[in-house]
Amino acid sequence: MLTKRIIPCLDIKNGRTVKGVNFVNLRDAGDPVELAKIYADEGADELVFLDISATEERRKTLQKLVLDVAAQVDIPFTVGGGISSVEDVDRMLQAGADKVSINSAAVKRPELINELSSKFGNQCIVVAIDAKQIDGEWFVHLVGGKVPTDIKLFDWAQEVEQRGAGEILFTSMNNDGTKNGFANEALAKLSEIVNIPIIASGGAGNMQHFQDTFVDGKADAALAASVFHFKEIPIPALKHYLKNNGINVRI
Amino acid sequence: MKTIIINYGAGNIQSIKFALQRLGVEAVLSNNAEEIRNADKVIFPGVGEASSAMQKLRESQLDEVIPTLQQPVLGICLGMQLMCNSSEEGNTQGLGIFDTEVVRFSPTVKVPQIGWNTIQNLKSELFEGVRENEYMYLVHSYYAKKSSEMIAESEYDIQYASALQKDNFYGVQFHPEKSSKAGSIILENFLKL
Repeated sequence: MLTKRIIPCLDIKNGRTVKGVNFVNLRDAGDPVELAKIYADEGADELVFLDISATEERRKTLQKLVLDVAAQVDIPFTVGGGISSVEDVDRMLQAGADKVSINSAAVKRPELINELSSKFGNQCIVVAIDAKQIDGEWFVHLVGGKVPTDIKLFDWAQEVEQRGAGEILFTSMNNDGTKNGFANEALAKLSEIVNIPIIASGGAGNMQHFQDTFVDGKADAALAASVFHFKEIPIPALKHYLKNNGINVRI
Repeated sequence: MKTIIINYGAGNIQSIKFALQRLGVEAVLSNNAEEIRNADKVIFPGVGEASSAMQKLRESQLDEVIPTLQQPVLGICLGMQLMCNSSEEGNTQGLGIFDTEVVRFSPTVKVPQIGWNTIQNLKSELFEGVRENEYMYLVHSYYAKKSSEMIAESEYDIQYASALQKDNFYGVQFHPEKSSKAGSIILENFLKL
């Protein structure tokens, strides 16, 4: 039976992890490869690297990072952040990334999703959607949730599926950073209206939240950053908790 | 020992190369028929769409080379699917090594299947030291129907063949190169064949 996935997300700037991490056993807390290896050993099912650097060298630095991760980590990983063309994706996949995630570039030019999925297959194209609920209606936001659009979340989700997305990474800006749980109502609706896997993101604060997003939110995978980086939730403990509560996970 | 990864422009070759490197094996990428024929082990990867991948094989005449290989051959993911008789994806005629068909998952489940699923009913030296119901990483929208050549099965939508073997030909739907320690055991077993 297919298991629910637990995905730590690492923010990367100039080839280094950004958010402070609290791993005492890390020799170099800023080394994304070392952190990735620890997560893989602890039982993470996948990893996401989100590049937030804004330098000229970002492409080269990110490509080098992808090569290093692919050489040393034996679980799948996704790379996102600033990816906006067929060439960008080609470079990342050639370097050994399993999937790429695109966000703003897809909103600005939706045909990009078609181009990518026909060239590389939909299995490696993750469309990340940041959305905020305003007066009961969910709207897609850009630039890490800062810039609102008039695009409705559920319309956009259906469109990205039709255009060839293999997976949707949905981040609720209302929940992100609150540690009050995932946006399960919106997540469950996404799972009803599209037939591709949905990754829940934004709001993880405790183990029950993961349980809830898999049951109430019908999510296929759950992504989090700080609760893992600060060891508030160790992945082995989370997986045992989920298993004891009847969620099918890989242990 | 010379291990070749067939390089025909369809697949995440880097990951397989790295996985073999972690086992101390430096694989060579090639689409040269002579070089492939002379290798000790051949890995046939594949990611993407079936008909265009098959087209690429034909362009380099590898569609004629692969079925005649005598050494151990391991097809991975789309590589395994192309070794079957046919695929519903792009109405593709396969290499006909495995006597089964590849069809699409029904819309009652999310497609593609992405993630870790278990493999059961293990029946090959490829799985030496791998426990029943071990988890493997899979990403696919089409699956090979069960057949007498099945050496592992998995369940998603229905029971299907997640690994096949005929003589020196092996095929796995999952990605051993991305399936943590159990995956590397399978690659190691293949290299020992």
